[in-house]
Amino acid sequence: MKHLLSIDDVSKDEALAILNLATEMREVNTREVRKLPALNGKVVANLFFEDSTRTRISFEIAAKRLSADVVNFTAKGSSVSKGESLKDTVWTLEAMGVDAFVVRHHHSGAPQKIAASNWSKATIINGGDGTHEHPTQALLDALTMRVRLKGASDSGDLAGVRVLIVGDILHSRVARSNALLLRKLGAIVAFAGPSTLLPRTATTLVDEVYFDLDEALENSFDVVMMLRVQSERMNSSFVPNSVEYTALFGLTDERFENLGGKALIMHPGPMNRGLEIASKVADSDSSAISEQVSNGVAVRMAVLYRLLAQESK
Amino acid sequence: MTARTVLDAQDIDRAIVRISHEIVEANHGTDNLLILGIPTRGVYLANRIAQAIAKNNPGFELEHSLGRLDVTMFRDDLKSQPNRAISPTQIPVSDITDRTVVLVDDVLFSGRTIRAALDALVTHGRPKAVRLAVLVDRGHRELPIRADYVGKNLPTSVTERISVKLTETDEEQSVVITQ
Repeated sequence: MKHLLSIDDVSKDEALAILNLATEMREVNTREVRKLPALNGKVVANLFFEDSTRTRISFEIAAKRLSADVVNFTAKGSSVSKGESLKDTVWTLEAMGVDAFVVRHHHSGAPQKIAASNWSKATIINGGDGTHEHPTQALLDALTMRVRLKGASDSGDLAGVRVLIVGDILHSRVARSNALLLRKLGAIVAFAGPSTLLPRTATTLVDEVYFDLDEALENSFDVVMMLRVQSERMNSSFVPNSVEYTALFGLTDERFENLGGKALIMHPGPMNRGLEIASKVADSDSSAISEQVSNGVAVRMAVLYRLLAQESK
Repeated sequence: MTARTVLDAQDIDRAIVRISHEIVEANHGTDNLLILGIPTRGVYLANRIAQAIAKNNPGFELEHSLGRLDVTMFRDDLKSQPNRAISPTQIPVSDITDRTVVLVDDVLFSGRTIRAALDALVTHGRPKAVRLAVLVDRGHRELPIRADYVGKNLPTSVTERISVKLTETDEEQSVVITQ
């Protein structure tokens, strides 16, 4: 594997290899010196055309733990504001000797475009593109589920695990990548959301689709993953207003209580506390939200190692 | 291709027992000993050495004195090798400061694996001393590294292959040289 652009390109064996490597990387965080020399001398550029806290910092920490050098590019404050194109931006950084680009872009397909072009010989890792995919998020979610449901040292798949993904599925690259990966790993995946925010292809992407959250929650899910309401992508009237959204599709204290602590609560962040997820729910023992963030570093270390440790592919 | 068995099953068992005695003798007992195997076969040999020590020294507790150390991420040949999977590292104690660590591997050749192991070890702390036990020393060192405990010294040519077979992974138990 040279690039990580989509979960579609990742076989089940490859996904398990990444998760198992990430399990070992989790252990590195408990050592006295939390650093490995594997990518010494490599340069990883975070190429971010869209805002991000955890993905960018997580990739940065992961690359640094593997001894790579990291440069951060954000569109704000760069020559992009003077009109420099994606192509020229990549060219410029390539000329400075970058081995890998972690690309986040508001347009779906931007990382694929860079990988398919002759702009750069570097490895491209998709750090979230438009409404398309966010493969490392899906991998870290799968790892978090495996650790919480099957134990930290488990090395198997997620066969039979029932996962409900709730909210704005239409705009969610996290939902798409998760649906592809989790089903590859044997999980049963369901979507729940308002019909305006479910893609027409939902029934081909997942096993079950619900338009009513309360009905969905009656079907004993092991994992309930709440998605962020993406106000920046809500450019037409998908939902009447936020109060109604919370009433119909928010994981409120009441809905959480009815779950009886049986389901693992996840959220890719950033959270709108009080909108899609109640604050108490996010901070409860059933919540794996902070573990998702820590596992993100381990998973990204595993991905960087697998893509960059070898010289030529 | 010619194959020559240089150690048979009994030779290997005897070498392990002898090495276990030598370790205890040099350490003046079993206090603060930490035996760490290097995957893959070093882990099995470390298990056997630790068990041999425990048999003769009732105060030696395996759960605090036996572990494994993966060195993959510290190798200097990552670039040229196909993507290596890494295996678990288990250090059975939280602090190795006062420990005498005995690294265990099957074959000592260039010394590069042991160099990687020394680097991997310092990420876990600063041991009191580090020793090296190997089943076979075949020479041709590329680094200033030597073993403290050796099952058998085997003068070889660089082109010969040494294969160590142990009952934990293989059907038989032997050390074989093939040309």
